[in-house]
Amino acid sequence: MGVVTPEIVQRVARLARLQLEGQALAQMAAQLDEILEYMQQLQAVPTDQVEPTSHVVPLANVLRKDERGVSLPPETVLAMAPAAHPPFVKVPKVIDA
Amino acid sequence: MAGGELASKTIHELRALIDAGTISPQELLDDLLTRLAQLNPSLGAYIDIAPERLRRQLREEFSADRRGLLWGIPITIKDNICIAGEETTCASRILRGFRPPYDATVIERLRRAGAFLIPRANMDEFAFGSSTENSAWLITRNPWAPDRVPGGSSGGCASAVAGDLAIAALGSDTGGSIRQPASFCGVVGLKPTYGRVSRYGLVAFASSLDQIGPIAKDVTDCAMVLSAIAGHDARDSTSAPVEVPDYVGQLGGSVKGLRLGVPELPREGLNDEVERAIAQAVTVFEGLGLEVEPVQLPNIGKSVAAYYIIATAEASSNLARYDGVQYGFRAAVHRPPSTVHSELMEMYLRTRTEGFGAEAKRRILLGSYVLSHGYYDAYYLKGMKVRTLIKRDFDEAFRRCDVLLMPTSPTPAFRLREKVDDPLQMYLSDIYTISANLAGIPAVSLPCAFSGEGLPIGMQLLAAPFREDVLLRTAYAYEQATKWHLRAPQVRGER
Repeated sequence: MGVVTPEIVQRVARLARLQLEGQALAQMAAQLDEILEYMQQLQAVPTDQVEPTSHVVPLANVLRKDERGVSLPPETVLAMAPAAHPPFVKVPKVIDA
Repeated sequence: MAGGELASKTIHELRALIDAGTISPQELLDDLLTRLAQLNPSLGAYIDIAPERLRRQLREEFSADRRGLLWGIPITIKDNICIAGEETTCASRILRGFRPPYDATVIERLRRAGAFLIPRANMDEFAFGSSTENSAWLITRNPWAPDRVPGGSSGGCASAVAGDLAIAALGSDTGGSIRQPASFCGVVGLKPTYGRVSRYGLVAFASSLDQIGPIAKDVTDCAMVLSAIAGHDARDSTSAPVEVPDYVGQLGGSVKGLRLGVPELPREGLNDEVERAIAQAVTVFEGLGLEVEPVQLPNIGKSVAAYYIIATAEASSNLARYDGVQYGFRAAVHRPPSTVHSELMEMYLRTRTEGFGAEAKRRILLGSYVLSHGYYDAYYLKGMKVRTLIKRDFDEAFRRCDVLLMPTSPTPAFRLREKVDDPLQMYLSDIYTISANLAGIPAVSLPCAFSGEGLPIGMQLLAAPFREDVLLRTAYAYEQATKWHLRAPQVRGER
């Protein structure tokens, strides 16, 4: 174990809304540790004078006309929801009393 | 009829038969469906097929306008490209039952070209994988050897095309997901330049790397499908307003004098037979009149590390939308026993934990970790800087060369389950394909040899951005000179 511990993995899992426990957590932590260890090799590459690339095609500020377009009808969209109470999507209770 | 006589043909052969009035689209579809019914149970290339529904669609909804380039041709679609009303799951439980309310742009364009759509080819869940073993639904076998993987993530497409269960297919390629399965299955797969093909309606994995492209039986078919789907689309702001040349018309053009760069590559894990196959391909290209010269890509050895930082970071962000609220799967929630969190939180946790498979969770966690406070500079920012260096390497190479040649994969198809418990080894099998995604350049894989065990070996040609024309012309010249593409497997279960 060099880079990540099961505790760190569990904390990240929580933030990503995933549950991991017991053997599954231990195995995941070991695999992530091996992968992150492998990624450490990038530290040896000198990049002080290098700009990061987030997008390879030279396009900037792609704009469109501020005109109303066609949207999907609300019934179509609500029909995809696991639970709906038109015109709303239904979710479990958000705030505990 | 046993089926498969027509299904084994290429798009351009079938188009000629249809145009001559020798066959009808109905006969073609029937032939394909007969073969599918016979062989898909053993091959697992498709997640599901609804033969009667497809026949009805062809009768009732299919365009009668025969002018389209692909009129009457069935095209198989990977399960991550949206077709209105068709279940599209990305081979994930979390999208079970999801029927998109709209067509992806590539689907609209295929329809406009007269193609008939055959959903839905199997894949690794959310395109996360190199073997199609990460599908939530089923495994797919390699038509050349049933104990081998078809590659991934577009393994269903490649297996179907190679086994004559598809005429041609649309896949997606984020780090090699079109080219590596094409290589493993002995067919042709093209990843276009980033921005060449609209991503609208492609379920996002890594938005700065994903591209849709064809998997087909030969280079001509690849060029035909690319012609149908390429071009700017206002609904994808990353699609490029660059003119689309006539890819098919100039296929027979001369390649004499083109400069072919052969990069010095990391040789770790490189199979001897693959290395020899590439050396032989160099000889073929010299014979075709190309000028061969060595080139350096000094940072390519760092591409796996950079790629799996960037790709997982983008994936973790893209997959945050699957929360059981608006569409797809929602886990049943019972009132949690404690008051640690709300019912809503419980729903999120259970939906995502039950909905995602192991590799999806691994990538979400990796991506969340490399983006998290305190690690961002060391991983994500560093990864994006190394990406700049890799892109510069290619820019430099394409100042001196028109096309680069390298293996598609370090090995022929590996065995089922061979790498499934060793994610890092699985990632390393992508070493030769992912740099094209990081640099955004087009690349095509085509068969160039067979191993001693009779498995296909693929080679990869790469070109400068938006030079698919040069790529396809070079690939076509090689294909016509060698004829590897004419070999077909005897699929198990074939009568």
